[in-house]
Amino acid sequence: MSRHTLSVLVEDKPGVLARVASLFSRRGFNIESLAVGPTEVPEVSRMTIVVNVDRLPLEQVTKQLNKLINVLKIVELEDDGSVQREIMLVKVKATLDTRSHILETVQLFRAKVVDVSNEAVTIEATGAHDKLEALLRVLEPFGVSELVKSGLVAVGRGSRSISERSLRSVERPA
Amino acid sequence: MGEQITGAESLVRSLEAAEADVVFGIPGGAILPAYDPLMDSTKVRHILVRHEQAAGHAAEGYAGATGRVGVCMATSGPGATNLVTPIADAHMDSIPLVAITGQVPSPAIGTDAFQEADIRGITMPITKHNYLITDPDEIPRAINEAFHLAASGRPGPVLVDISKDALQADTEFSWPSEIDLPGYHPTTRPHSKQIREAARAVLSARQPVLYVGGGVIRGGATAALYQLAELTGIPVVTTLMARGAFPDSHPQNLGMPGMHGTVAAVGALQQSDLLITLGARFDDRVTGKLSTFAPKASVIHADIDPAEIGKNRTADIPIVGDVAEIIPELIIAIEAEISEGSHLDYSDWWNQLNRLRETYPLGYDLPEDGSLSPQYVIERLGALSGPDSIYAAGVGQHQMWAAQFVGYERPGTWLNSGGLGTMGFAVPAAMGAKVGRPDTTVWAVDGDGCFQMTNQELATCSINDIPIKVALINNSSLGMVRQWQTLFYNERYSNTDLHSHSFPDFVKLAEAYGCYGLQVTNADDVDSTIEKALAMNDAPVVIDFRVHKDAMVWPMVAAGTSNDDMMVARAMAPEWGSDD
Repeated sequence: MSRHTLSVLVEDKPGVLARVASLFSRRGFNIESLAVGPTEVPEVSRMTIVVNVDRLPLEQVTKQLNKLINVLKIVELEDDGSVQREIMLVKVKATLDTRSHILETVQLFRAKVVDVSNEAVTIEATGAHDKLEALLRVLEPFGVSELVKSGLVAVGRGSRSISERSLRSVERPA
Repeated sequence: MGEQITGAESLVRSLEAAEADVVFGIPGGAILPAYDPLMDSTKVRHILVRHEQAAGHAAEGYAGATGRVGVCMATSGPGATNLVTPIADAHMDSIPLVAITGQVPSPAIGTDAFQEADIRGITMPITKHNYLITDPDEIPRAINEAFHLAASGRPGPVLVDISKDALQADTEFSWPSEIDLPGYHPTTRPHSKQIREAARAVLSARQPVLYVGGGVIRGGATAALYQLAELTGIPVVTTLMARGAFPDSHPQNLGMPGMHGTVAAVGALQQSDLLITLGARFDDRVTGKLSTFAPKASVIHADIDPAEIGKNRTADIPIVGDVAEIIPELIIAIEAEISEGSHLDYSDWWNQLNRLRETYPLGYDLPEDGSLSPQYVIERLGALSGPDSIYAAGVGQHQMWAAQFVGYERPGTWLNSGGLGTMGFAVPAAMGAKVGRPDTTVWAVDGDGCFQMTNQELATCSINDIPIKVALINNSSLGMVRQWQTLFYNERYSNTDLHSHSFPDFVKLAEAYGCYGLQVTNADDVDSTIEKALAMNDAPVVIDFRVHKDAMVWPMVAAGTSNDDMMVARAMAPEWGSDD
């Protein structure tokens, strides 16, 4: 099994998220992460879906996804050919003794503090999956009292856009 | 400002514009506004059925017999959920179906209102697409798209759920001049490179088989298939869904492959070096244990649905497109290869297959106690009613025997529930077929189990002058389940005895519904009774054929086992013979 990042352009119609999500579940896939939002084209939304799956079942699920009438295009984004980001908000216990250590860590990871109270600081961090995991590992000893992460969003590197015809989409048969 | 009409009137005009001539349905609270203008339509005939499930199967039968989109209609909640089975059935067998359901008024949606069910959510996995319409202005577009989606590409069911307030509100009717579905572009034209490659593979194969599925019928490609078969002389197998796609009388037709296929058809696939797969989907009932299916064969897989290609069996030469375009192009490409000097010679292959065919023809033993043989009844029915009749089957032993022994020559004459295996399909499907093709003799070949699931539609048939004929293969039990109990459960017959030689009295039941009721218990009366039924055209007729309950469907590949382990009878394996 390996991690795959799919960018799925869909028509912004009611029920489209349910159609996509239920398709994954009934074909037996767990969605690791899902992010949905608007795009540069009105009425078109973009879903970024991360799944942990073998190559062959992935091909089948993308073909099935393509059969959904509201799905416009599916592109798999390779790790080295794309920029991938998640956002994380983490609330860490902070005492007078630990606060400065925490702030040092925040600077080291180019994260920022977005809220402070007497007992805690809330940190916002953006980055690729591994960077956020690393930050979290360093923060854990201080005591993480709350953690929230967005789904991963990703965009292909270079000048070409996903909506261009030339970009190879996953569904195109041989 | 244009003419103001209600959403309901707009729906009826939309159905007229979509050229729906028949709708099967039942009214109820939420869909009630639609039924008022429907009463005045001179173009759309509504047939009031007795159960929504039958409305769906009737629409499927209509579609199967005519090639047109079948339409069914129901109210919200239980009306809609009763359509779930036929919708799932149409999804599995790629039948063009439009289901229209009423929904509770939009302000009530999500409040657990009376007769509310989220039918759009419920049918998401079993429709090609579905709609929830709450704005009356959107009704024509949704209906137009629904008919287009149902009929084009890989056909399938589309559900349009319309809230009651949208049906009641004022709107203007405007039929869209074009269809705007940016995410829907079925590939119909095959890639020429793939066609050339396929033609070369055909030319170099020594043991090819045309593995023909229901897609060839749905795609209207049976004439092209005939040409391809005649040009090449390659053996043909027709799956359960493809019976009638190629004439059974043609010497190249080896019959049906699969769990209850012929030894020659199964053997041909197992020993083949090239499967030319046309509109078939490598269903588990055809392949048996997948890892041992056609082990030596390369695979050409032609299908309009790219998701079918490589789903179960890897395709060496995938061809995405409409079989009606693929086959003619393949013919041209093969002819080009032939004109360049290649030639086709499959005489060794045919010798091998003919040995199988001669050694293991389809057959059956007559019951030793002199009681009626179900296979004999079905064989005589096919012989006497002929290949121009339509035969709709339920699911089980009688279905398999009808697939084996009727003899099909034309597409659209064999209707059955292949993928979902829906018991009770026959009577309503036959009703729908008869409505679509009133001048054709339509038989429901049904079992006593199946018949008792949907026979209430005999009332619909009697009242609406839909004189179908029912050949009831009454073995007084859930025959196929009983067969498995015989073979795999030590003959412990748990809950398969229906006692239907005692209750109900099917002759009386038929008569109660305004049908002719006939009964046959003796082989000598089979022909004369079928002849009699064929002459009865002023009302439906039911023949209760009381057959022996121990008859079994052979050959058989037990579920989950290899096609190589096929049995021609209990504990009797065929000798496959050497293939080199």
